[in-house]
Amino acid sequence: MAERRIKGHVGVGPKVSGVALVAKDNFSARYDLDRVKGVFSRPAHALHGQSYVNTVLVLHTAKGGVATSWMLREMKSRGMAPAALLLNMGNPIMAQGAAFADLSFMDRFEVDITEAIQSGDRVTVDPGAGLVVID
Amino acid sequence: MPADTMSMRLDDTEKAMRAGRMGELRRAAIEQQIQVGMTFDAEDFVEVSQVHLMADTESLGESGVEYLEAIASLPEAERRVRVPTVTDPRGIDLCAYEKLHQEERLAELERRATTAMQAMGILMTDTCINYQTILPPVRGEHLAFGDTGSTIYANSVCGARSNFEGGPAALAAALTGRVPRYGCHLDRGRRGTHLFEVSERPGSLSDWGALGALVGRRAGSYWTVPVITGIDGSPTSDELKHFGAALASYGSVPLFHMPGVTPEAADVSSVFDGQPPNPEIISRADLDEFYSSFGRHDDQVDVVVFAAPQLSLVEMQDVARLLEGRRVHEGTALLIATSPEIKAACDRMGITETIESAGAVLLKGVCFYQMYARELGEANGWQRLLSNSAKLVNIISGYGYRPVLANTRDCIEAAVNGRM
Repeated sequence: MAERRIKGHVGVGPKVSGVALVAKDNFSARYDLDRVKGVFSRPAHALHGQSYVNTVLVLHTAKGGVATSWMLREMKSRGMAPAALLLNMGNPIMAQGAAFADLSFMDRFEVDITEAIQSGDRVTVDPGAGLVVID
Repeated sequence: MPADTMSMRLDDTEKAMRAGRMGELRRAAIEQQIQVGMTFDAEDFVEVSQVHLMADTESLGESGVEYLEAIASLPEAERRVRVPTVTDPRGIDLCAYEKLHQEERLAELERRATTAMQAMGILMTDTCINYQTILPPVRGEHLAFGDTGSTIYANSVCGARSNFEGGPAALAAALTGRVPRYGCHLDRGRRGTHLFEVSERPGSLSDWGALGALVGRRAGSYWTVPVITGIDGSPTSDELKHFGAALASYGSVPLFHMPGVTPEAADVSSVFDGQPPNPEIISRADLDEFYSSFGRHDDQVDVVVFAAPQLSLVEMQDVARLLEGRRVHEGTALLIATSPEIKAACDRMGITETIESAGAVLLKGVCFYQMYARELGEANGWQRLLSNSAKLVNIISGYGYRPVLANTRDCIEAAVNGRM
């Protein structure tokens, strides 16, 4: 199958590839994750129980508080972070946390990113170019 | 990744920082800020007069504390913050952690973080209600506030200007003295986008929180500015505190307007560009349904929590009055969190004695969800939680709790009876 290219706003962090984990739900590291085990721990979350480690995590929007900005770097230091975070609509906290952690982050795509990418897709994220490629 | 700064103007000070002439730390800080600024199309920076830093050790982790310690080891001229910087609640109350069966290693991490931040010239206020207790913001003042509740209050109630500045971003702002100018710093980022009409004034702090939650869910993004009508007469500072904290928590919203109440909203038409949208109605039934969504703890309540945000002196007095001459049930814990300044006032005014005589635990400089809530629950066997904070019940289920929302009086009754 031919690759598909999706444009988004220029983001932060390095160019990375990984396997996508997708849901039509929102994201906060503090509200939603067991960061020790590397799984979604909030019972009401669409990805409850699933591991996010090293995935290209694709969700709808950023929610909740400011803690994610420290937590992304802390998770990355233990090898328990996603490879990249893609949101339809981010907020300053996600961009700040990604910049601090040197983790790839993009948002504001030309399409609904949670529909364009399926869980299990192999995805390359290039924040500097504002580009996502589904292999 | 080096950011392309062609479209972000830098003044001479910013150029000096970026060139490393003010030290490597400030160079890295402004580089990080430029990346964020580019992501949100900021054209330049704006100087800030205050920074509020969220850096609890649960969020920092070992790597974050090591990061702060590395900064603290730099020469003073390189490590000191450039603008007054105060702190959000800590991860551990060093006067209470043993009573709560929290591990010594967590306390040690807290001590290390505090020592490092003090070496940077940071004022350890340890509060999320800095706008009530430390230095209330002024209309038009540009800030870098690092707690969603303090940010939305500063923006909305005070008319100051801040985006959510998470810990590393607030620290960068403290080191550079500025933030990228986008979002709430711009006039166009403060215009109304959604209109809500409240058909019945909320009656309690938890009602105000529930209203904030419902507006937040419907607004749904950082880039929305809800406008709320139907409130007859000015709410109190504590009512707006709970409303804003829940709105920010459920919707990631940094700003609201309440015509006739908040300073940038003389009336509905003046906060919208063009014709205001049709209002969405929020009724008493909507609030009741929100409460019902959490269920009840008819069998037993393990822990009752007053926090998120920390309690004002007036809230502390209210809780003390309800507890006077009573005793917390032996199978239930009652935790109450406030700021160090308010705790000192409570000590002086006899409020602490009333609360502690009832068997409650008064915590200072912490907030429940920021103090290793998962480990706290496991160490004390707590799952069934009751709170008057809509914000707390939103956050805490991810930490292994089953939270229920109730008003202040019902929370105290449950703490005394051991059940709702």
